[in-house]
Amino acid sequence: MTTVFFLIFALTAIGAAVAMIFQRNPVYSCLCLVLAFFALAGLYVLLGAPFIAAIQIIVYAGAIMVLFLFVIMLLNLSAEERERPKRPRFLPFAVAVGGLLLLELALVFRRAPLLGMPAGQSETSVEEIGLKLFTDYIYPFELSSVLILAAIIGAVMLAKRKI
Amino acid sequence: MSPWVPLLVMMLIGLGFGVVNIIASNFLGPRHPTAKKNMPYECGIEPIGNARIRFSVKFYVITMLFILFDMEAVFVYPWAVVYKQLARSGLFVFMEMALYLAIIFAGFVYVWKKGALNWED
Repeated sequence: MTTVFFLIFALTAIGAAVAMIFQRNPVYSCLCLVLAFFALAGLYVLLGAPFIAAIQIIVYAGAIMVLFLFVIMLLNLSAEERERPKRPRFLPFAVAVGGLLLLELALVFRRAPLLGMPAGQSETSVEEIGLKLFTDYIYPFELSSVLILAAIIGAVMLAKRKI
Repeated sequence: MSPWVPLLVMMLIGLGFGVVNIIASNFLGPRHPTAKKNMPYECGIEPIGNARIRFSVKFYVITMLFILFDMEAVFVYPWAVVYKQLARSGLFVFMEMALYLAIIFAGFVYVWKKGALNWED
């Protein structure tokens, strides 16, 4: 049963990611990526990490992708821009980075079987995360608020330079 | 796996609702296209120009800030789950979240005073 769900989510994620690359319209690409993120959330559930799955949907599929959509709208891609065939100007870089990732994947697959990996033996509940976070990891937790504060100030400074 | 079945059912119903409605309206609805009906729908107003215009950077600022406060809300969720359990041993768990929110609130005051949330300026 778990394997069936794994295959559904994994194939959805791969399919959506491939569709994202082959879309000409960047807005469609963005929506394909949302679907891929949803499928990843399903995979997190199968790995026994429901909290990460919820955050994946709330933060990535929700907030980050809205940001991506707004960035696409900011860029003002006209129809000619979208339909022009891509010039392979960055081909060497793309091949280098892609080859590196492929090598990495090959190394991983050499060591681990494709199916039936022993991940997610026990489910980590939100309660467990909360207990750890607010007792043992209290200092990093408080520090993260400073990080968010810095990011807030950075976002305002970046986008509103005139103030 | 069993606690996830209701969620799965809900997602399937949601997906089915959208798909069935689109397909059913394709088959059941009458179709008499006219030039006016085929116009892009802009709340009943005659369309003006392309939809692909450059959007204001203000949208970007608002979304960026939304993500940051979203991140903050994510941490409140596990805190709420374990609050009763940890509150038995004193006010510490309350104070740590109070400090956390106070630091973020300083950022909120900064955003407000800088006028980053002002739409017109």
